[in-house]
Amino acid sequence: MQSEKRSNSLTKQILRSISEAGLIPLLAILTAVVVGGIIIIIVGGDPIRAYTGLIEGSFGSTKALSETAVWATPYIFAGLAVALAFKGGLFNIGAEGQLAVGAVFSALIGYALPEWLGFSLPIYIHLPLAIIVGMLMGGIWAGIVGVLKAYTGGHEVINTIMMNYIALNTTSFLLNGVMKDRSPTNVIARTPLIADSARMPEIFDGLRVHWGFVLALLVAFLIWWLLNKTTLGFEIRTVGLNPDAAQYAGINVKRTVILTMALSGMLAGLAGSIEVTGLNYRHELGFSIGYGYDAIAIALLGKSHPLGVVLAAFLFAAMRNGATRMQFLTQLPVDLISMLQALILLFVAADAIVRYIYRIKSKGERVVLTRGWGG
Amino acid sequence: MDWKRFGFIALVIIVLFSVVVMIGKSKQPPLLIITSMLATTIAVATPLALGALSGVFCERAGVVNIGIEGMMLASAFFGWLGGIYMFNIYDFGNALSITLAVLFAILTGGLMALLLAVLSVTFKVDQIIGGTVINILAVGLTGFLNRQLFFGKGSVFGGSVPGSPGVLPTLHIPITELFAPICGTSATCLQNVQAINRVFDQKPIAIGAILLVFISHYILFNTRWGLRTRAVGEHPKAADTVGINVYKMRYANVIIGGLFAGLAGAYFTIESVPSFEPLLTNGRGFISLAAMIFGNWTPIGAWAAALVFGSSQAMLINMQIFRDVIPPQWAFLQESYIVGLTPYILTMFILTGIIGKTTPPAADGVPYEK
Repeated sequence: MQSEKRSNSLTKQILRSISEAGLIPLLAILTAVVVGGIIIIIVGGDPIRAYTGLIEGSFGSTKALSETAVWATPYIFAGLAVALAFKGGLFNIGAEGQLAVGAVFSALIGYALPEWLGFSLPIYIHLPLAIIVGMLMGGIWAGIVGVLKAYTGGHEVINTIMMNYIALNTTSFLLNGVMKDRSPTNVIARTPLIADSARMPEIFDGLRVHWGFVLALLVAFLIWWLLNKTTLGFEIRTVGLNPDAAQYAGINVKRTVILTMALSGMLAGLAGSIEVTGLNYRHELGFSIGYGYDAIAIALLGKSHPLGVVLAAFLFAAMRNGATRMQFLTQLPVDLISMLQALILLFVAADAIVRYIYRIKSKGERVVLTRGWGG
Repeated sequence: MDWKRFGFIALVIIVLFSVVVMIGKSKQPPLLIITSMLATTIAVATPLALGALSGVFCERAGVVNIGIEGMMLASAFFGWLGGIYMFNIYDFGNALSITLAVLFAILTGGLMALLLAVLSVTFKVDQIIGGTVINILAVGLTGFLNRQLFFGKGSVFGGSVPGSPGVLPTLHIPITELFAPICGTSATCLQNVQAINRVFDQKPIAIGAILLVFISHYILFNTRWGLRTRAVGEHPKAADTVGINVYKMRYANVIIGGLFAGLAGAYFTIESVPSFEPLLTNGRGFISLAAMIFGNWTPIGAWAAALVFGSSQAMLINMQIFRDVIPPQWAFLQESYIVGLTPYILTMFILTGIIGKTTPPAADGVPYEK
């Protein structure tokens, strides 16, 4: 009896905390939709048709649902990457570059390893190897920024952005040069197709959704577990909340900063690896334009909580996926989605505006997401 | 500006120039190479210097501005768009359209900065997130409007980009005319004077940017306004106690910063080339932030740092001219992807603080609560 009562109140408590945590993001989305609608009217479109198109295009059929899941997969990984860094008090704007590095190396292992070895590998070795190498390279790419932050104080915001451009230039160099697909018909900067043994199988026949999606959900759970149930997670969160206190408590802050950044980069690298092994079967220049920035919005919208990130990733995936249908119905350009997402981000980041519009009182708690130049 | 930093800047610029001179001297006389590279350096450093000034004003008042990139991008787009509207729809002449276009760009920068000020000063949003919002908003807004207005169904311009009013003219500084009599009949002397003249023949925003650097330096360090701005950025509580309105000073300086970023945006589409493409700022807003940090939050220091980045870009441009005479061991310098990395690696190197530690304003990035 007693325990039943307690569990009952616990469910209530969890429900209340979820509704409280979800309230501001939901209102932010609502506000963005309204403002977006006004902009659609200004440019001479029909907002109702546009939004209907978006929903139809993203959830209207099995195929649409599968495509939404396909879009959501890299968003979940990249969103988790940014969210994990936020938890550790770091702002990773460089998911884009880490993703590209992960993709390039997965593709390299995918198409070149059998050639180098001279024999083909079984899928249970080749596929994991391609994914892990991509993931690790993403981790190293971001880890460099972590080392710079820990030992020189170089701010991670600018450094991750610089690493983005370095990654972009280097991959352009590689994809136009040594890694270019040499087939006679090809003029695009892209790698050859990866071997069959490095490809992720589809879950259902005839639908593009692949096991990478399941892996994404699994990794989201893993990150939740890491953050809340392990010592490392505790250290990451403590350093994120107050590095001075963490130092005083005996946590190795430098090591934690580097690890956080490397883990974040590994997640972003995974996003790239999974896109290559699960969907495109090669890396092509410019396939990832904008993932890095979308990931920031997703992490903020999901309040850096793994479950929130998964939900936010679905929303963004649905918007991207439904955009084509929307364009077909209303002739509004797909770029409208980028603007809608920017508006959502604006209202999520500036929750004070949402609170002001809907007269919601703040509880006075302020979450520190980033710090100034001092670090 | 300490000597270590200044020496580093001079060293990098000299090294970059020497490389180009060494490679190109079989094709052109060194003086010609140096002057043409200097001219390019000053021109391409313009948006970086203006962006850095934008950062200096915002951050001296205590607001971190990571949104310079977005402000530049939006200004580049709306200035260019305004020029096209004035030229094609309202039938204004070239000169008037271009002038108005520059004003539109500056105004856009100011408006974007107003948004940053509202977010960071009034609503006390985390300032780096606020700046990121500006960046993402600018990408979304310019991408959408660019497609919708020019290529959308029933768009104003019916599926194509109409003629733009062109770009700002180059201003001729009459050095040749002044010094030609000294040369007398010597043709090489006259050629040299003309080569030197090329360095000073810049476009209006480039010349304006240099003037603005020194004006800003004077304002920040020698006027009452500057003192108040710095007070608000260093110790807002103390400033408030002696009767300075912290919020008002922060709003004003962030908006001034936005106007600078707007002028930087105008450089891209109204001074450099008369066209717009999505994402054309290509990270230069962030590089100007690095220039600001390396210049230790002073206008002149930031300008010097911007010149370093400018010279690395000038090297890239000049390498294309000397394509055919590059010796094989230097061939990698042709690869624009590799040489193009220089400013980014330089930025990261500078941020390590190896070349002198920098100190941001004490209250930089901290929202002020009364």
